[in-house]
Amino acid sequence: MTIMIDTGNYIAAKAAVMAKPDVVPAYPITPQTTLVEGIANYVGTGEFKGEYICVESEHSAMCACIGASAAGSRTFTGTSSHGLLLMHEMLHWAALARLPVVMCNINRVVGPGWNIWTDENDSISQRDTGWIQFYCSSNQEIFDTVIQAFKLAEHKNVGLPVMISYNAFILSHTSMPVEIPEQQVVDDFLGKYVPQWKLDVDNPITFGNIIGPSDYYKVRRAMQDAQDNAKKLIPQIAKEWKQKSGFYHGDLLELYKCNDAEYILLAMGAIGAESKVAIDEMQKKGIKIGLARVRTFRPFPTEEILKLGKQADLIVIDRNISIGLEGALFTEVKAALYGKSDAKVHGFIAGLGGKDVPYTDVETICKKAIDGKAKEYEWYGLEEA
Amino acid sequence: MAIKDLPVEEYILQGSAACPGCPATMALRMVFKAFGKNMVMVVPACCTAVIESLYPNTSFNIPVMNIAFEAAAAGASGVEAALRVQGKKDTTVVAWAGDGGTYDIGIQALSGALERGTNFIYICYNNQIYSNTGIQRSGATPYAAWTTTTVGGKTEFRKEMGDIVRAHHIPYSAQTCISYPDDFYRKLKKAQSIKGPKYIEIMAPCPPGWRFSMEKTVEMGRMAVETGAWTLYECENDVMTFNGKSKLILEKKIQRKPMEDWIKYQGRFGHLFKPTKDTKRIQALEDHIDLIWERYRECYL
Repeated sequence: MTIMIDTGNYIAAKAAVMAKPDVVPAYPITPQTTLVEGIANYVGTGEFKGEYICVESEHSAMCACIGASAAGSRTFTGTSSHGLLLMHEMLHWAALARLPVVMCNINRVVGPGWNIWTDENDSISQRDTGWIQFYCSSNQEIFDTVIQAFKLAEHKNVGLPVMISYNAFILSHTSMPVEIPEQQVVDDFLGKYVPQWKLDVDNPITFGNIIGPSDYYKVRRAMQDAQDNAKKLIPQIAKEWKQKSGFYHGDLLELYKCNDAEYILLAMGAIGAESKVAIDEMQKKGIKIGLARVRTFRPFPTEEILKLGKQADLIVIDRNISIGLEGALFTEVKAALYGKSDAKVHGFIAGLGGKDVPYTDVETICKKAIDGKAKEYEWYGLEEA
Repeated sequence: MAIKDLPVEEYILQGSAACPGCPATMALRMVFKAFGKNMVMVVPACCTAVIESLYPNTSFNIPVMNIAFEAAAAGASGVEAALRVQGKKDTTVVAWAGDGGTYDIGIQALSGALERGTNFIYICYNNQIYSNTGIQRSGATPYAAWTTTTVGGKTEFRKEMGDIVRAHHIPYSAQTCISYPDDFYRKLKKAQSIKGPKYIEIMAPCPPGWRFSMEKTVEMGRMAVETGAWTLYECENDVMTFNGKSKLILEKKIQRKPMEDWIKYQGRFGHLFKPTKDTKRIQALEDHIDLIWERYRECYL
């Protein structure tokens, strides 16, 4: 084990290279750039022995991931914001083709106007592509989740691509100490990649030709089953990694001081990390509040959230907006409770466009909800200059 | 190689869903004969996705990956890289796309793969239309041709994809035609013997798309070459060689046939003949072909 003090992107690059992908097609975009540069550096040092393809667009990056994965190779890439949106068609394709591509997405604002700071609309808008979606809150979690993502994606009961999202600059460009295990630990944990299907000259199949409604319907159902399987496997894989590495960041949710809580805050990504400080501060003041940081947006932790809704009133912070409705997490939390819980649920939009959300803001949000001064759903911090 | 000496193996199985007289299927048969079973084919949205027939069946006895319309070259890049890492360096990776997927929506991915030096063979079967979607205009559709989106005839001339490909200075590019299987087969084998990106474009006259009778596919292809509307050439390391009748036309050893001899058999040009003959647009077609040949002669004679 060694300690590496580095940014989220370089940590992700380290994790990706230690997972030994065969092929990494990549295209640069701020703020993902240092991730792909990091991998390119490992090509230079000889630590990365696979093929690094400098493609001409993110769309082609995902196409090349699909081609390489279909040919039976472990693949990885990274992107952000407009890059992720350009990939959209091929995100569906990778998931429908049941290819275990692993990708980091650095959550960045979508233009216009150009803004390279963080919010989560880029990945939230890819919700229905079939990808498993993780949201990280520290560089250690980025490292551990990238490693675990390969195991999950490649599991015979899953066979779906995995996206690991983390916030632009707050994590991507912020150095933190991260414990890096020995290569052997990662090798033992992941094992050799055994593809579920591949392009094989000795077993020629045609993949993705015309398919009738009845068969296609089954394909969709199989994807849903795979996400359901992932729901069960994510906690198992997290615990297995904990045994090997000592690190554990939660399952589908990370629960923080939720015992006896009368209020539970739900948030994702960096706001989730910031919220821990806010919870500590509020508990010092005698407020019975805990935190459930949502780590997986797909599969969605419906049962786990319902459990929280039977214990406490819920406060949801979304760093995204489904224009015309509300924050995506807020909607889905309410759906999880529907008809089965009487909990009050408050939804707040915060931090869009990369607007800072320090723990003091999280505290203000929670208090407003607890004091009964908040509407069911509102935008926090709009009035500020 | 004489036709009788071609490999007897067939990798197109019974039950193909192609139209009668389909030029793409004729070309695919030659591709499979040339490369045998140690190949992988990447196919974007195009007629070939239909020719493969309906899941769970297939009419292709080689591994095929279908991919999105604009994605053939990028998908093939990934396949090629993966096979290389796996040590399967002798497997031929082929991207097989129509003119829509090559000239138009797929041109970025193609250019990227050519520039990167991807070791694959990109084959464009050019039927001068979006045929799978039901005969719409593409960048390869000739001037004055009817399509469902150029109802009175196309008002622009087609682009020269071969010129665009040659500007990448790849080790090998070629144009051929389904009517000359010996020429196509030789070019396929030649491409296979060269490392790096290779591009072959094959003229593929489409009976329902061009509105001619299905038994005339080969004849329409031959006429495309004899009128000079299509050129047989190969370009190895930037050295151009014209082949067959195209060589004779280039060197003015034969005169190309008038365009009228070719287009009069094609319903897509029917409006140039009925109710009255549109000599102006027929002449414009002729002039355009002359211009192309003058450019060739300036550069390559």
